[in-house]
Amino acid sequence: MATRLKEVDAVMVGMGWTGAILARELSKAGLDVVGLERGQDRTPGEDFILPSVRDEMKYAQRLELMSDNSIDTITFRNAPAETALPIRRWGAFLPGEGVGGSGIHWGGLHWRNLPTDFRIRSALAERYGAKAIPDDMTITDWPVSYDELEPYYDRFDKLCGVSGKAGNLRGKIIAGGNPFEGARSNEYPNQPIKSSRAGLMFADAAKSLGYHPFPIPCAISSAAYKNVEGVTLGACEYCGYCNRMACETNAKASANSTVMPVLRYEPKFELRTRAFVTKLIYDKPGKKITGVLYTDLRTGEEYEQPAGIVVLSSFVFGNTQQLLLAGIGEPYDATTGRGVVGRNYAYQFEAGAEAFFEDREMNPFMGSAGMNVAIDDFNGENFDHAGLGFFGGGYFTCGQAGAPPIGGRAVPHGTPAWGSDWKRATVKWYHHFARFNTQGSVYANRSNFIDLDPVYKDALGRPLARLTYNGTDNDHAMSRYLLARLEGIIKAMNPTHYEMHSRPRNFTIVPYQSTHNTGGTMMGADPKSSVVNRYLQSWDAHNLFIQGASVFPQQHGYNPTGTVGALAYWSANAIVSQYLKKPGPLVAA
Amino acid sequence: MADDPIERRRFLLGAGLAGTAVAAGLAPGLPAPEAQAQAAAAQASNTEPDTFLVLTATEQAFLSATADTMIPADELSPSGTACGVVIFIDRQLASAWGGGAKMYRGGPFQKGKPEQGYQLSLTPREFFQAGIAAANDWSRATHGKDFDRLSVADRNAALTAMQEGKAEFRGFSSRAFFGQLLAITMQGFFSDPIYGGNRNKVSWQMLGFPGLPATYADKIDAYRDKRYVAPPQSISDFS
Repeated sequence: MATRLKEVDAVMVGMGWTGAILARELSKAGLDVVGLERGQDRTPGEDFILPSVRDEMKYAQRLELMSDNSIDTITFRNAPAETALPIRRWGAFLPGEGVGGSGIHWGGLHWRNLPTDFRIRSALAERYGAKAIPDDMTITDWPVSYDELEPYYDRFDKLCGVSGKAGNLRGKIIAGGNPFEGARSNEYPNQPIKSSRAGLMFADAAKSLGYHPFPIPCAISSAAYKNVEGVTLGACEYCGYCNRMACETNAKASANSTVMPVLRYEPKFELRTRAFVTKLIYDKPGKKITGVLYTDLRTGEEYEQPAGIVVLSSFVFGNTQQLLLAGIGEPYDATTGRGVVGRNYAYQFEAGAEAFFEDREMNPFMGSAGMNVAIDDFNGENFDHAGLGFFGGGYFTCGQAGAPPIGGRAVPHGTPAWGSDWKRATVKWYHHFARFNTQGSVYANRSNFIDLDPVYKDALGRPLARLTYNGTDNDHAMSRYLLARLEGIIKAMNPTHYEMHSRPRNFTIVPYQSTHNTGGTMMGADPKSSVVNRYLQSWDAHNLFIQGASVFPQQHGYNPTGTVGALAYWSANAIVSQYLKKPGPLVAA
Repeated sequence: MADDPIERRRFLLGAGLAGTAVAAGLAPGLPAPEAQAQAAAAQASNTEPDTFLVLTATEQAFLSATADTMIPADELSPSGTACGVVIFIDRQLASAWGGGAKMYRGGPFQKGKPEQGYQLSLTPREFFQAGIAAANDWSRATHGKDFDRLSVADRNAALTAMQEGKAEFRGFSSRAFFGQLLAITMQGFFSDPIYGGNRNKVSWQMLGFPGLPATYADKIDAYRDKRYVAPPQSISDFS
């Protein structure tokens, strides 16, 4: 029997980026807030310190910061006719765990979606005719516009100390920035991160072909920066230990380095770690959540935490799984296309290349995940899709995130995998390669979804979330087109040798590809086709607000965190300025 | 002498070296200069005796042979065993990771598509135990002796057969085993020396990888088109 605790005004289920932002905004508004986090606490002063953070083996190979599959994982299959099997250790994507979540080990690439992305179905219909959109492509306009979100993007930029160069400042196109981006109300808080040797070569080649290169926007401070919370972030050291790791200078923004230093001292906030939320307690007739059940993973004791507002702020799979377990909203049925919970799962369709330049010294171990030059000429509706046979696109990068010796070496294809010849090639090319990526969109398809697994259970006996996903013909065609354009740029860089890496036909759960999972609890204009309204409020429980990329209707050609943070501030503002005054649905169903 | 700590240390060091040489199976397979290079490298880099936590003598012999085939002593580096690769593997398999920590082990266990990734019930330690036994069974069936007794040429051919999945292990995937074996060997060669491999940072010196920097913020522009060279620093150099 669960111990019933004293009711609080608001409870957060998960303390990553969105849990921390919502907890901060709601406690600031005077609410008593409890943050429940299944993992451990992590603080920069204790956990992000030299020399231990610079340990490729521990963090990049053994995945120290990732969630524990033995407690909870998902099952996966390519198609409904197959049997889904559990992901026994993470591979294709790496969800984090503990305070800060995946926002500790991310690369910090910090984008906004295009204005047209937010109205993609309408934009495609206007440009190519409604019939051009395939029947199985279940893309949807977002129920919020770029202009509405812009102040919240701006706010998140100023939390993270984002580095970059504006390409569109209040409608004026600025040379050196991304001319395709939506109008920004302010320049980036920090100057861009320096470019690598290869990045500069990529920029020259792209320019020679008429494209528009710019330094990538990233939540990695290029200089010391005092953020909107009054917390000082450090400057990037280009140390080359970035992805899958924490940042000891607090240059790479995380909830831990930007919000938590203030939230920890907020008397109205209480953090409980090792608190695994097993169920949302749903009052279906009352259309509200009365609280959450959680297990203290230290002792196995079960608690009921009643709450006035429940913020579901776990990862994409956990958010969807909680709704399905509690019976909130109609589960999606892929055969009929009916139902909403689990619908429009999407991913990031990345493909890339390596090029070798035998006379160019790259010093590959220097770098930052934000040390990237990008072009956005082939993203979203930035280019004409007439006659191409696909929709969507992505940005291209040439970057240098560091080249740690276990995972960051490169040799030309055909090099032996071991022996003295392998060693000679490894030494010959280590200083002379460059990597490229295309950050492809995934336009939602009716056959890709999340539901509950009928067989496999987590450590607490709950059915695992089951992912059914495969790359679509549309996304493969999109990716081939992008790679062909990228190849043109690489050729113009005049490499000694290069290799293009297209995606295999079937999505595979290994090796690593991207942690950009989206959808499952999508936002939309009405309860028939979506799970939450424009304020991320559940259509089926008015005091439930669902955060994170699970609300994306589809995935565009950008990293999701910029939009996730903007939506968190947008949702928090709606709760504070509207919901607290008049609790109930903020949008009429 | 037993009370003299220095003498005892020398004694242990000698014992460790002898163990390495035996485990590496130097006598039958390796040509004399190569064996000498290995011994010299081991002497140069070994500061502690090799004491194994989990690997059996047969497993040590197998992994020494694969480590030295994958990473032979040559002008670029000492051999895999001299670099501590086998000790590294032993420590990894004895670690929480080796015991299956953070690994979902709920059943039913069934064979999936390759797209679904690892589906065995074995922890990494159990996987290597099973894989080494299957590889030696196969080696005996095809060559008449254990892998570590094969000539260098035969070892290379055997590894290639495993890499291509052509080595027919009984009830076990040689390709999957090879993949894990290569991965952990490379980790042992290239990881920070605090884990027991990459002794004296030999692979970092070989690559020109400086290890842990203080900062490169002031070096990106200064070293554009110019190689930055610095003696590699390990985590232990800062500890």
